[in-house]
Amino acid sequence: MRDMAAAFDGFGFAGGFAAVAGPRPAPPEAEMRIVGAELLPTPDGALWWAAERMLVVADLHFEKGSTFARRGQMLPPYDTGETLARLARVVERFAPRVVVALGDSFHESEAAGRLLPQHAEMLAGLQRRREWIWIAGNHDPEIGGRAGGVEMAELRAGPLRFVHEPLMGAPDGEIAGHLHPVVRVVGRGGSVRRRCFAQDGRRAVLPAFGAYAGGLSLFHRAFAGLFGAELKPFVMGRDAVYAIGRANLRAD
Amino acid sequence: MKAIATTRRRKATGLPQRRAEAPPPPILPERFSGWFSARGWTPRPHQLALLANATAGRSTLLIAPTGAGKTLAGFLPSLVSLAARPAGVPRPEGIHTLYVSPLKALAIDIARNVERPVAEMKLPVRLETRTGDTPQHKRTRQRLDPPDMLLTTPEQVALLLASSVAERLFANLRVVIFDELHSLVTSKRGDLLALALARLRRHAPGLVTIGLSATVAQPDDLRAWLVPQAVRDDGGDGNPDDADRHSPTPRRGEGSAPWRAERAPGEEGEGVSEPADSARPDDSEGAQAGRPKPHHPDRRVPPRSDLSPQGRGEGGDDADFDDAPSSKSRSKSLAAGRGIPVRAGLAPAAGLPALAYPGDERGRRLSELVLVEGGAKPEIAILDSEERIPWAGHTARYAYGDILKAIGEHRMSLVFVNTRSQAELIFQELWRINASSLPIALHHGSLDAGQRRKVEAAMAAGALRAVVCTSTLDLGIDWGDVDLVINVGAPKGASRLAQRIGRANHRLDEPSQAILVPANRFEVLECRAALDANYLGAQDTPPVRPGGLDVLAQHVLGMATAAPFTFEELFDEVRTALPYQDLDRETFERVVDFVATGGYALRSYERYARIQKDKDGRWRVANPRIAQQYRLNVGTIIEAPLLNVRMTRMSRNAVPLRGGRVLGKIEEYFIETLAPGDTFLFAGQVLAFGGIRDNEVIATRTKDDTPKIPIYAGGKFPLTTYLAKGVRALLADPGEWHRLPDTVADWLRLQQERSMLPGTDQLLVETFPRGNRTYLVAYPFEGRLAHQTLGMLLTRRLERAHLRPMGYVASDYALGVWCLGDIGAAFSAGRPTVEELFDRDMLGDDLEAWLAESYLLKRTFRNTALISGLVERRSPGQEKSGRQVTVSTDLVYDVLRRHEPDHILMRATWTDAASGLLDIRRLSDMLSRISGRIVHKKLDRISPLAVPVMLDIGKESVGGEAREDILRDAAEGIIREAME
Repeated sequence: MRDMAAAFDGFGFAGGFAAVAGPRPAPPEAEMRIVGAELLPTPDGALWWAAERMLVVADLHFEKGSTFARRGQMLPPYDTGETLARLARVVERFAPRVVVALGDSFHESEAAGRLLPQHAEMLAGLQRRREWIWIAGNHDPEIGGRAGGVEMAELRAGPLRFVHEPLMGAPDGEIAGHLHPVVRVVGRGGSVRRRCFAQDGRRAVLPAFGAYAGGLSLFHRAFAGLFGAELKPFVMGRDAVYAIGRANLRAD
Repeated sequence: MKAIATTRRRKATGLPQRRAEAPPPPILPERFSGWFSARGWTPRPHQLALLANATAGRSTLLIAPTGAGKTLAGFLPSLVSLAARPAGVPRPEGIHTLYVSPLKALAIDIARNVERPVAEMKLPVRLETRTGDTPQHKRTRQRLDPPDMLLTTPEQVALLLASSVAERLFANLRVVIFDELHSLVTSKRGDLLALALARLRRHAPGLVTIGLSATVAQPDDLRAWLVPQAVRDDGGDGNPDDADRHSPTPRRGEGSAPWRAERAPGEEGEGVSEPADSARPDDSEGAQAGRPKPHHPDRRVPPRSDLSPQGRGEGGDDADFDDAPSSKSRSKSLAAGRGIPVRAGLAPAAGLPALAYPGDERGRRLSELVLVEGGAKPEIAILDSEERIPWAGHTARYAYGDILKAIGEHRMSLVFVNTRSQAELIFQELWRINASSLPIALHHGSLDAGQRRKVEAAMAAGALRAVVCTSTLDLGIDWGDVDLVINVGAPKGASRLAQRIGRANHRLDEPSQAILVPANRFEVLECRAALDANYLGAQDTPPVRPGGLDVLAQHVLGMATAAPFTFEELFDEVRTALPYQDLDRETFERVVDFVATGGYALRSYERYARIQKDKDGRWRVANPRIAQQYRLNVGTIIEAPLLNVRMTRMSRNAVPLRGGRVLGKIEEYFIETLAPGDTFLFAGQVLAFGGIRDNEVIATRTKDDTPKIPIYAGGKFPLTTYLAKGVRALLADPGEWHRLPDTVADWLRLQQERSMLPGTDQLLVETFPRGNRTYLVAYPFEGRLAHQTLGMLLTRRLERAHLRPMGYVASDYALGVWCLGDIGAAFSAGRPTVEELFDRDMLGDDLEAWLAESYLLKRTFRNTALISGLVERRSPGQEKSGRQVTVSTDLVYDVLRRHEPDHILMRATWTDAASGLLDIRRLSDMLSRISGRIVHKKLDRISPLAVPVMLDIGKESVGGEAREDILRDAAEGIIREAME
């Protein structure tokens, strides 16, 4: 958390700079390669594996708002609708054969039963004519069939292994979520903090997709030891994803 | 009056205890007059005036300079009343006098001061403090067995009121004393306290308030704050501009709260328009049955006072109201020392209280006013240093030798600085050059309470020669024999300066001695202006503004926690509080709805409601956990997450050992920027960061003396409007420059030669090329906040004019924008003209468009969300680091803005941002002021006046020693350019 004065000082540069820079053509889409598999990270925070027609998203945290409300913090009840709308956009763009949600898809297991009727319907619509896999997460170890799809502990496909929580020392090819990576990027006269895909060519940790899912800095100790020297995050911009080198990354 | 206590209404019967006759009372009981004369004192007129007013049930604002015996004046009525309690009779249950101070330390200090007369007169009075530092067992005991006098803080009052024993604690409350009232009323803390006062009145309708204040610009605001305001017809139904009021869209150039109802023209000046009944918060029958109320022609409305000797009766006539002398003439007569108006004996023995509130032209009820003029003029000087005063920067490093010398020449000095990091730095540097080892200590808000107490005790014992401190010592604290105040950096406001200088020589008749130490050249001008202001007795405290809706939401939950409430009762109660006087019904409905379920259009949280209506229509807390949540989140001071700093030793293999001393707390964001081994300055020592263990920062002592310095959000004040005006006047008048140090006068002369100096009402705008860019530097002197807003709006316009702005920088004094396009040429060609660029209409669409994407509203929203209870500050058993706790308010803001932009919290956020961070009102006033008075100077190079702001460019993103060199080189280049 940055203090108010620092944030304020910052916007003279960061904000001012971003706000006045005119529209620029989006750079060509950056592809990442994990143990040979070609993957496309999208600015929405999803990962598209064209060879398998597979769309991967992590940490949707559906019904986080109502989970908090249940405990007395009345967060705006619009998070699930918003996350679903964004998910619908990427599904529409890629028309995947299979969608894999990498765990913590619901903020708590029971939450799957709390979906408002319109949201349950929307989700069912997205699941029609395609495979839908819920990987179990620590927030939602079992959904109990309340949200369609198939529940799995992990999924193997070709060279890749899809799990919720990245495992220290896991074999190459692990695609995980759980950690909600974000990173601060410094540029000329300013900096921004954004969600990112953390990857080093051998494994990847996806950004959280949910509207209320916060972030954890790539430099937090939770990431220590997961990535090798080739760590190069793909940072989510407004309309594009950018691969950023080490020199421009900051802890916070 | 024999005894205040005997006139108290008995709760058990609800009947006043009446006496057959009211003999004219001696103003001061013998025990007290004896005490005064034994010490060779005579009671001062204002002390007696307060006693007389309180005895007659009149609330009073006392405005007096430091050293006037303000504290004793405030406590005297209570002490007299408590001393008169008959012996042998069981004392009434609960607290008799509540004293509220903005600072913990002040409450503790005042307790010490009041204990002395209590002990010396052997008064049967139990007096205790209660702050966030009070141990739990003592707090529990205070609730079970409350003292006669409780000295505490606004947050503690809110907590006590929300507890189930509130009724018992406060039913017999007689007096509430608000210390340093001027510093409280214009903040959200003041809003919370005003609501608390409304509730205290409900428990004890006859309580008397006493406000103690330094001189303020608008005493009537404070007087109105102290007394219950009449509840007006809320007009919440069918108000034609309802739709407009609830739109979150910024209204052009306006910082006022959108819910402030427009008053009908005919009502203006008519004053209080309702009979007194509706102002009785405990009289819910009257309040409900009477709606809408007929207008009442009499602007003097009797308060209900059971401190007044005649008690409270039914019926009677109010003919006596009008012969009360007007408040103004009364206070004048007091100030002149001509007699004390004693109303007590004049009232009819039975009948309505013969008391009336004075009113003001806005129809507000006011308390009495007692005004004490003056005291000896302080002797203030601007530091006369042999050293050159720097162009920019805030460390005042050049002056450390002079400061130490001044300390050596006085008994006891206070060195005031504006931020905690400055305090740390100066403290360390003074010790570095402190060859004769003068005992110098450090005192600021993030030090451990134990350490602060130690410093305070050493001060009181006269064991110190100087204390380096921040605003924690600003307010009314009177320790030891301070004979010099040194203010480092610009004071930022004339009132603040007066307050600080008041610390020296706490005796009315001796002049205070003070030295101002400007840190850079603009600050020299500011110090000069502040100095003139202090001599003139000028004041620049901000006016009271409408209360925050987030604070109101917190209060509503607190009240539900205390006991079930009905909507109408609480609505009437909160509107007796001045900041919420104009609250309309629909807004209050939305606030209550927000507290219950979040108040969203998508009503999916009904089953999780935090407060629910029972079958009698009363709102009550849904479950005990909600009450617990409230208690953990009470208050309005939002701080960055703090971590304890624990100093340990290293083991032989360089691993920090367990144990060690906690030095204080530090903001988490700062620690996150450190790597193990990095050094930082804290509690006056250079520490090496070892890591974070169990949510504590582990640090070790180090020999390194070039630390990174902690940066704190706290302690930054914008330049006040009043001082800004003074600075502009000084610039415009070369005849005054001889009063400035030579370095500064030369600088201004050079500016006159190279460019020009603006007249008092002019705005100077300079343009010049440098490198491959052109620069626009404007000098509005309106404070950093307004300049930042202006900078953002200007860059948007310059972008539209295809001048390709690249960024801007704002200080308290000036604003610099740099572009790739040629601004000077554009102005000359009239594309746009400089007048067009600064046109006031930028506060319309540009502002709205910018805010929509600005980071700023998110920061503001965070505070609003925390205060209103939307998100929790901390949950029991969930003490993770700040970042992982609960949910990111930035994300919540984004979602809420997209889905329900007119939600009540969005409205509260906008109001806060407009009046606070954006300073839109001030910017708007400035744009109107300079319209048609803008002077454009097209220069071929940087001007001397522009140097400080140019040096600020890029400052924020630079850190570390190596890059400091780069900056220094660059800075010297700029200066040479200006001087050549």
